[in-house]
Amino acid sequence: MIHSLFLINCSGDIFLEKHWKSVVSQSVCDYFFEAQEKAADVENVPPVISTPHHYLISIYRDKLFFVSVIQTEVPPLFVIEFLHRVADTFQDYFGECSEAAIKDNVVIVYELLEEMLDNGFPLATESNILKELIKPPTILRSVVNSITGSSNVGDTLPTGQLSNIPWRRAGVKYTNNEAYFDVIEEIDAIIDKSGSTVFAEIQGVIDACIKLSGMPDLSLSFMNPRLLDDVSFHPCIRFKRWESERVLSFIPPDGNFRLISYRVSSQNLVAIPVYVKHNISFKENSSCGRFDITIGPKQNMGKTIEGITVTVHMPKVVLNMNLTATQGSYTFDPVTKVLTWDVGKITPQKLPSLKGLVNLQSGAPKPEENPSLNIQFKIQQLAISGLKVNRLDMYGEKYKPFKGVKYITKAGKFQVRT
Amino acid sequence: MIPLSQNLPSPFFLPLFSAWSSAFGVLPAHKPVPLQDSSLVSWVPGWPGGGPGPTWASARILGRHPKPLARPHRPGFTLTHSFPGEIFELKAELNSDKKEKKKEAVKKVIASMTVGKDVSALFPDVVNCMQTDNLELKKLVYLYLMNYAKSQPDMAIMAVNTFVKDCEDPNPLIRALAVRTMGCIRVDKITEYLCEPLRKCLKDEDPYVRKTAAVCVAKLHDINAQLVEDQGFLDTLKDLISDSNPMVVANAVAALSEIAESHPSSNLLDLNPQSINKLLTALNECTEWGQIFILDCLASYMPKDDREAQSICERVTPRLSHANSAVVLSAVKVLMKFMEMLSKDLDYYGTLLKKLAPPLVTLLSAEPELQYVALRNINLIVQKRPEILKHEMKVFFVKYNDPIYVKLEKLDIMIRLASQANIAQVLAELKEYATEVDVDFVRKAVRAIGRCAIKVEQSAERCVSTLLDLIQTKVNYVVQEAIVVIKDIFRKYPNKYESVIATLCENLDSLDEPEARAAMIWIVGEYAERIDNADELLESFLEGFHDESTQVQLQLLTAIVKLFLKKPTETQELVQQVLSLATQDSDNPDLRDRGYIYWRLLSTDPVAAKEVVLAEKPLISEETDLIEPTLLDELICYIGTLASVYHKPPSAFVEGSRGVVHKSLPPRTGSSESAESPEAAPTGAPPGEQPAVIPAQGDLLGDLLNLDLGPPVTGPPLTAAPVQMGAVDLLGGGLDSLMGDEAEGMGGTNFAAPPAGTMPANLGAPIGGGLGDLFDLTSGVGSLSGSYVAPKAVWLPAMKAKGLEISGTFTRQVGSISMDLLLTNKALQVMSDFAIQFNRNSFGLAPAAPLQVHAPLSPNQTVEISLPLNTVGSVMKMDPLNNLQVAVKNNIDVFYFSTLYPLHILFVEDGKMERQMFLATWKDIPNENEAQFQIKDCPLNAEAVSSKLQASNIFTIAKRNVEGQDMLYQSLKLTNSIWVLAELRVQPGNPNLTLSLKCRAPEVSQHVYQAYETILKN
Repeated sequence: MIHSLFLINCSGDIFLEKHWKSVVSQSVCDYFFEAQEKAADVENVPPVISTPHHYLISIYRDKLFFVSVIQTEVPPLFVIEFLHRVADTFQDYFGECSEAAIKDNVVIVYELLEEMLDNGFPLATESNILKELIKPPTILRSVVNSITGSSNVGDTLPTGQLSNIPWRRAGVKYTNNEAYFDVIEEIDAIIDKSGSTVFAEIQGVIDACIKLSGMPDLSLSFMNPRLLDDVSFHPCIRFKRWESERVLSFIPPDGNFRLISYRVSSQNLVAIPVYVKHNISFKENSSCGRFDITIGPKQNMGKTIEGITVTVHMPKVVLNMNLTATQGSYTFDPVTKVLTWDVGKITPQKLPSLKGLVNLQSGAPKPEENPSLNIQFKIQQLAISGLKVNRLDMYGEKYKPFKGVKYITKAGKFQVRT
Repeated sequence: MIPLSQNLPSPFFLPLFSAWSSAFGVLPAHKPVPLQDSSLVSWVPGWPGGGPGPTWASARILGRHPKPLARPHRPGFTLTHSFPGEIFELKAELNSDKKEKKKEAVKKVIASMTVGKDVSALFPDVVNCMQTDNLELKKLVYLYLMNYAKSQPDMAIMAVNTFVKDCEDPNPLIRALAVRTMGCIRVDKITEYLCEPLRKCLKDEDPYVRKTAAVCVAKLHDINAQLVEDQGFLDTLKDLISDSNPMVVANAVAALSEIAESHPSSNLLDLNPQSINKLLTALNECTEWGQIFILDCLASYMPKDDREAQSICERVTPRLSHANSAVVLSAVKVLMKFMEMLSKDLDYYGTLLKKLAPPLVTLLSAEPELQYVALRNINLIVQKRPEILKHEMKVFFVKYNDPIYVKLEKLDIMIRLASQANIAQVLAELKEYATEVDVDFVRKAVRAIGRCAIKVEQSAERCVSTLLDLIQTKVNYVVQEAIVVIKDIFRKYPNKYESVIATLCENLDSLDEPEARAAMIWIVGEYAERIDNADELLESFLEGFHDESTQVQLQLLTAIVKLFLKKPTETQELVQQVLSLATQDSDNPDLRDRGYIYWRLLSTDPVAAKEVVLAEKPLISEETDLIEPTLLDELICYIGTLASVYHKPPSAFVEGSRGVVHKSLPPRTGSSESAESPEAAPTGAPPGEQPAVIPAQGDLLGDLLNLDLGPPVTGPPLTAAPVQMGAVDLLGGGLDSLMGDEAEGMGGTNFAAPPAGTMPANLGAPIGGGLGDLFDLTSGVGSLSGSYVAPKAVWLPAMKAKGLEISGTFTRQVGSISMDLLLTNKALQVMSDFAIQFNRNSFGLAPAAPLQVHAPLSPNQTVEISLPLNTVGSVMKMDPLNNLQVAVKNNIDVFYFSTLYPLHILFVEDGKMERQMFLATWKDIPNENEAQFQIKDCPLNAEAVSSKLQASNIFTIAKRNVEGQDMLYQSLKLTNSIWVLAELRVQPGNPNLTLSLKCRAPEVSQHVYQAYETILKN
């Protein structure tokens, strides 16, 4: 099971360590640093590293490495999932998962890690339960604590842990009972030079924010549940009901959680909401090139596409770029060679474009590869797959909750090759 | 090292292979050389205080750190700089009367501890704070205790009383917390005090306490295993598997699994249908982590039949929709394993296949680290059951900002899924990747294009043109990589794409990597007759001959000899130059040997040389880098574990590998099950250690197949690829079933003649009755001291060998094999200069000494020679298995003949297996590997049979009498460590014996049966 955890920042300082069994020397991280150096880029550090006596399994989140030390055969996915859960918990507790936040709350972090893992076995990883055991820090609470002498450690048995619904705490009470669902879809796509789709799929999630008193039993049904053929469920969902009736039936955890995630695969046609016209060329034996891209709406279902950003990793030989944007603003970082164009909204009357000259290092051979464009966008009030919530029913409680559903479509890993 | 096989596919392989055998013997190290962590700091003496980085050696060892390893921590965030003073301050605060101040002080202590500062000096003061009602303070003190108890064992005893008291607390949270913390204090003295509270907590009324206590047993076992066993905690833990609370069940399973890992033989998780049912029920209700433990535990269960397997599968399938990817992958493992037992005709089988694809694809949309592990596992799944993901090619397309480790894995899977249906898309993608920035990735992409060409014939042309386009880019590493793969394409499709040679030759100068140079040289040599200036090209390489790597040198030597044989007139000088360079100026034995061989060949018989050097080459196979099937099956059982990430069985890397139990896939039920298997085996016994049938399988095969130029080679147009004999049982599918069918077909009838083609080529007369007849001639020749010896038979008739007649037989005496030969000169001239060579054969038989014929053989003279043999020669699977091709040379000519050797000469003296081992192995070998034979007309009793067989190294391990029949259980071991297990049924009054053979390499069964028959009948 998980032996130890080291948190390491980007400059290679180990700023926190936690051991669940015997203490493992920090020097074990040297193998990690070795691999990190070899990988050049922080994102390329292999997640599983073997050392003579241990295995290091690491994740990279929010500019931090979470490096765990394993001594026996443990499913690596188990460890990776757990590490992500730790990062999620920090995010949840401190609002951000950063070195500063962790250092500011080091005692809570330590208490959390102790509660989450016992001798390497996960103990309590549900945010609902953890919050019962260890209260998240708030300014108000610390003031209250200092006056009353009470602590932020709960002294009750985490009741949820023993019931059949370990994800929900007991005795929840709200004056305003609300249930909100966000249907968020991300389009992952690779578009080739000529504008045709090489690969496209939709990664969707339904995130819920449920503030309901007591033990509500909810059923959520869809207009077109057939779209959901590849779904991962939160443990609260009753699988049998879904199999037989295609209805999501569940007793929700309290607060924010991810209800389902789903994938609409490339076999179904995935609508591509934007197109890009591009012309990027480098002249042979000359120190300049041309750069010209235009973005336009394609299958946008009549909605406005907004929040468009284009990011381009230019080849190494590019020294500088002299461009004019008809809309929005651009920046080019000559060190990382990243061009970022913040476009904003598309108005079909006047399509945004960015064109100009590229200065290359003189004497260097012209780059072999043309850069790929990475595109971000957002479409409000639309689930591009066409998924629609039909109704939400509540059983088990008497009050009438306020219900709401929001749809949003975003670009995921949306790449245009040039 | 370039083995000659690429260029010399004639039946003869001369002793150049000496260097090869070493390749079989040496296993590549799979772990990096350990760096001793602890020695690092002291290792760097004379460190200039705070100065710049260390010099030479230390710089390498320390890697990236210009600063000393004990990295100074940033000044504390809650603490001040002056450390000693700080301790003093804290001490005062800890002893303060104010509760609040105390708590703040403990918090500060914990904060310092967290960042690695040593605050152990405060131990007594902190422990004093333990007796409190404040839960937070208690927890903080517990945290501190866990960290420092080890370094202050005497002080830690002070805390024991509080623990014992807390274990009786009315609040279950505190009881659980106490038992949890106690387990974490790794001090021997304390563990004794822990037993009683733990026993109480294991039976606590509150499930939260029970589940915590279950984990505590595992902790305690880690500290003092003996104590846990003596106190009977293991039994209590086993009882908890039937607990009413699913979380308790999950934790008990987790604890037992962890304990079992250090006791592979202890049979702790004794699973039966009832406990499986309990686990499946708990599976639905416990937390995601508990589900992982339970699924992993289920995967180690062996269902008794396909119905049970199916019902477990049905109950596990819903886990595929879990949000936790580790749960999904563990469920996939269970399904992949149990699927093996389901019949393929079942509707459910098809449904299951369909259900497996979406969750696997979903794993690929997760974080890159998860993707990586998922991809490594998918790589295994795709090899085992390609049908699952065959329509999902696109999800493996690479995004430019994927981490490199994900990119490389995706590429690998793309190639495995490439087929005629999707090849166009795949090629377009690969071409795209070949212009990316990352060099490693680009190289692999170019290589992948070549692999596509070889795999999908229809696409070969497009692949070649794509490669040519890439060569035009003139990017150095792309060109080199392309040339290497084009060479493979030439091998696969000879005489089809030679038009591209001209383009290749243009890039000769830019090649600077040995592999690319060797490939180019091979191409020039192979197609020398079509390249006008081949001699100039090769000559240009020759200039720097000694600076080249061995690979290039060997290739150049062969290429020039080929050139010479094709265009003898213009290249005489060149060939002499290279031969002298290779033989006289080189100190590389491989190169020298090869040079001499060529030299002698060319000087004695250029025609023969031509036949040898320019012989037709065997085709290369389509799939590369496949994991061999037995290993693959084992790895499938380890899906989701580290083994699946490394693609090595845990025994290959788990620390200490304390008797790791090999896992194997369950056999498909429905195949005829034999009722005669020894029931004496205890039910539910762990599958025994696999006998060392295949020493380090993967590596052997790798060495054999990777050769020097990459792709594996299919044997001459036989049924199977050449395979190191140690790994015969990895010839899945075709051959196995072929052999199996044959064996079964012969079950009842008398053994008929082997297929005509397999008979010794020139056995003129006695073909009629097959082997039986042949051996019938023997009456009474067999000697009792060694194993049975067949009479000499004529192997090479005089008329076929210009007057030389050879007859012979094989013997085995006290561990040494020899070939007894009778050479008769029936010609009119004196014969001299005898020499003998064997072709590579299934068991690596080779002459252990040269053929010693002392005086020239005059006409009509006969000489008897015993040629000692060993089994360390090169191995190639022959058909039939015991076929041996022999070349004998004398002053007149070289003669070839082939003969079949009886398998019992390969039965080694230490072939007696331990009884327990026998039982376990018998169970472990799948039933389809069992073959049954009848030995007719052998009126011997069990004792006689047993002693007769023993003389030939077939050992009787046990004898049982069942309903008047004698059952003999026997084992034998072949020279290449293949074990064969036999069950022989002797019925008094019935002259027919029934023989059941079980072996991991079922091909040998038939030959073993022949050996049995031969031995028993003589």
